[in-house]
Amino acid sequence: MTAVVEQRMAEPVNESVTKGSLRIDDVVKIYDPDGAAVMAVDHCSIDIPAGEICMIVGPSGCGKTTLLNAIAGFHDITSGSIHMDGELLCGPGQMQAEPGSDRIVVFQNGALFPWKTNLDNIAFGPMMAGKLSKSEIYEKARTMMADAGLSGTENNYPGEISSGLRRRVEIVRALMNDPKVLLFDEPYRALDSLTKSVMHEALLEIYYRNKVTIFFITHDLEEAIFLGHRLIIMSSRPCKPKKIVEVDIPHPRDYSVLTSARFREIMSEAKGVVHEEAQKAFDAGEKEG
Amino acid sequence: MANSSEVADSAVSMAAPQSTEISSMSLTMYRVSNWLKSPRPYLMVIGFAAVLSFWYFAVEVWKLPRFQDMPGLTEVFSEWFSKDPYYGLSVYTPEYYKHIGISLRRIGFAFLLATGLGVPLGLFLGWSKTFREYVFPLFELFRPIPVLAWVPLAIIMFVGSETPVVFLTFLASFFATTLNTMLGVESIDESYSRAARCLGANRWQTFKHVVVPGAMPYIFTGLQISIGVAWFSLVAGEMVSGQFGLGYVINTSYMMIEYPKIIIGMITLGIVGYSTSAMVRLLGDYLMQWRVRELALGDS
Ligand SMILES: Nc1ncnc2c1ncn2[C@@H]1O[C@H](COP(=O)(O)OP(=O)(O)OP(=O)(O)O)[C@@H](O)[C@H]1O
Ligand SMILES: [Mg+2]
Repeated sequence: MTAVVEQRMAEPVNESVTKGSLRIDDVVKIYDPDGAAVMAVDHCSIDIPAGEICMIVGPSGCGKTTLLNAIAGFHDITSGSIHMDGELLCGPGQMQAEPGSDRIVVFQNGALFPWKTNLDNIAFGPMMAGKLSKSEIYEKARTMMADAGLSGTENNYPGEISSGLRRRVEIVRALMNDPKVLLFDEPYRALDSLTKSVMHEALLEIYYRNKVTIFFITHDLEEAIFLGHRLIIMSSRPCKPKKIVEVDIPHPRDYSVLTSARFREIMSEAKGVVHEEAQKAFDAGEKEG
Repeated sequence: MANSSEVADSAVSMAAPQSTEISSMSLTMYRVSNWLKSPRPYLMVIGFAAVLSFWYFAVEVWKLPRFQDMPGLTEVFSEWFSKDPYYGLSVYTPEYYKHIGISLRRIGFAFLLATGLGVPLGLFLGWSKTFREYVFPLFELFRPIPVLAWVPLAIIMFVGSETPVVFLTFLASFFATTLNTMLGVESIDESYSRAARCLGANRWQTFKHVVVPGAMPYIFTGLQISIGVAWFSLVAGEMVSGQFGLGYVINTSYMMIEYPKIIIGMITLGIVGYSTSAMVRLLGDYLMQWRVRELALGDS
């Protein structure tokens, strides 16, 4: 079986970014809890050029996190392959990718270590790598915190700052390692809409300065269109691309984009597809229940 | 869009960092002053007063039927604080402190041993599935055996009167510490170790930076329980084996019909036991500043 959606040839979104392209090729993931096979990802192919913000949208439980975990190397895939910059991450011969600091996940519920101060959290990756001296690492960490508007929170623990700031610390912690790809799993799900809008602009600002590839899972269409170069709308479980929506609104973007006519057009186009899939997922749930 | 940027600004300031650092000293002060403002200290005083006056009236005024042989409040307290105690045990006699010291030393040995063995064992049990399959069933079999059931074996196994007592005290502490540590490792959210691996930590680094600190809150819950059961087993041990110690005082006073000394021993046990568990709690607060600060924010 091949993907229903025709893939456009991937081309770099920004010329200056040459690293971090992802090629997800015919990936299948079947969970097998006690023999009851659950197909979470079904022959899914997605090509993500280096430097793209690729938004993955799909109904609850369709298998988005599963796909992300496969890229990150948290579990194996059943068949297919994933390449990053032409190098095999997982595929025949090695069904599970090795997690590494070239692909860093920002988790659904956040995973800053509550027992480390913000500064220690941010210094964590380079400290583990041990390539730089401690003082170099901490100097870089302080600079990056200052750039991200986090000065003054260095010696606080994550539990002491607002959830919006925590997300920012987590992104800075990832960027400290010069990753090629950032993998976001609905990082702003728990935030209120005001904080969310600030976080979106902050994320774009970070993106413009660092130019990484971003693989971003979300439920929120507005968020998806505002941030992404492309929306990959997934079918209900098992997950595979159902429709790809190009967001041809030029970057850099700011919040005025939200009220533009083009934004609304893309929104209504995407909404139709998403609604249809959500309905399918709901009906499937009814049947199972 | 002036409007939306205004909104954005206010959201930023709402999310502004809490940059004031809370030192542990000022935190303690803050807690004490909060405590004094709350009704709790006064309720506590009332609680103490109620129990003590019941004791006083029941024994010395109303002379209730089953209370005749009980030592009275005034008798116990005058004995306890007497320079020349009738039964030879008061805060002025060196012997009193010798009993406390010896009990404390046994608790100290047993508690340190239980912690030193139980915490690493618990960490490995939680961390390694294979290790757990070997060890845990054995552990589960031994755990329900009450300390008192170990008394004869302890006396047979160990020479002298000191080691059996320390062994008995150690046992229950060890199980409590190990079990809680293991649960602590299991309680750690998987995304923390995933994040650590993403950030390039190897297995050992993950153990050190995620597993150990992540299990810490449960470890200290375990140590609280551990110090409690240590006193419990110590007294049991001192009653059947050993010389000196608060359990020994209580037991021999009963046999020698020196009843006020029983109560002195009991109250002393309460005070010393409470102090040791308070010390464990303070150590936990010291090692887990992050938790203390989170809780302090949650309270206010
Ligand atoms: N470890 C597992 N074992 C068995 N089934 C699993 C496992 N993890 C996920 N699943 C199942 O696979 C399907 C996809 O899960 P996944 O978490 O990838 O969905 P998702 O798209 O991220 O959902 P959400 O939007 O709710 O986060 C779900 O039906 C889920 O129940
Ligand atoms: Mg998910």
